[in-house]
Amino acid sequence: MAENNRAVVKLKEKFAASIVEVVEFRGEVTVTIKKEDLLAVLAFLKQSLQYNLLTDVTAIDYLGKKEERFMMVYLLCSIPNKDRLRIKAAVSEGECRIESASQVWATADWLEREVYDLFGITFDNHPDLRRILMAPDWEGHPLRKDYPLQGPDREPYKGRLS
Amino acid sequence: MGVDNPLGDNIITTSLDALVNWSRKSSIWPMTFGLACCAIEMMATGASHNDLDRFGIIFRASPRQSDCIIIAGTVTKKMLPVIKTVYEQMPEPKWVVAMGACACSGGIFDTYSVVQGVDEALPVDVYIPGCPPRPEALLYGLMKLQDKIMKDKNSFGSTIGLGNRIESVAA
Repeated sequence: MAENNRAVVKLKEKFAASIVEVVEFRGEVTVTIKKEDLLAVLAFLKQSLQYNLLTDVTAIDYLGKKEERFMMVYLLCSIPNKDRLRIKAAVSEGECRIESASQVWATADWLEREVYDLFGITFDNHPDLRRILMAPDWEGHPLRKDYPLQGPDREPYKGRLS
Repeated sequence: MGVDNPLGDNIITTSLDALVNWSRKSSIWPMTFGLACCAIEMMATGASHNDLDRFGIIFRASPRQSDCIIIAGTVTKKMLPVIKTVYEQMPEPKWVVAMGACACSGGIFDTYSVVQGVDEALPVDVYIPGCPPRPEALLYGLMKLQDKIMKDKNSFGSTIGLGNRIESVAA
């Protein structure tokens, strides 16, 4: 169970105030934390609990579904312990910024650029925050739920007229 | 496209036009430019079984040596400036073949990042439908391009600086 997970036990000891929710689903443990404590939690996980591989950084847009629109997702892996952990942190639309994890894992550099490009979440203290997939002069963030699929300048295809 | 034909339509100039057109259609050198799965079909067409070489179609790795560009695959908005640059680097006369549904119309990719048909940016001569088109379809399209080249008028006059090459409207 999630309560017996080694990382969850350690996190509850050290960051009891920052943990919002702990969920286990089909053997996958997810810890939701407050975004203010993100960097401290991630640094602790890497240095003390050997989560030495950041598999992916991504985000979810809960437009109209949740009070805080975005949810940052960090997928961690511990190669020595053969263990995985998911860290989540909510980001509101009004203050759409979060601390960059590139100070902990260098690989977060490009992964966060992708999130910035497609979701428009700004990363503080990021070494080189610019678009990575879309063209540099692109306007808007295509993976946001309010971005039209065909792009803002074109009517959607409505099927054959005949 | 100019409509004046300074050399007129007589037996000598039309024969010379036919000679120039014949040499052009017999040595279409396409730019090596693949964008998606259509490029695999294009390579298959160039390989020994279908053998584009027998038409004098030899893929060139430089736009400076090419007469034709086969847009083989999905054109994204990020790729379009690159295609335009390559097209502009090709010397005249030059032809464009839109290969496959994506290059013709955007295909299944009715999305923000994909150009809805390369004819938004380049003057396309031959459209080849299919997803991807079979090598036979590409061969047929290139033969249609050869037919179109054979119908060009004043191609001899334009090479010696008299007037413009008059392209046929439909092949």
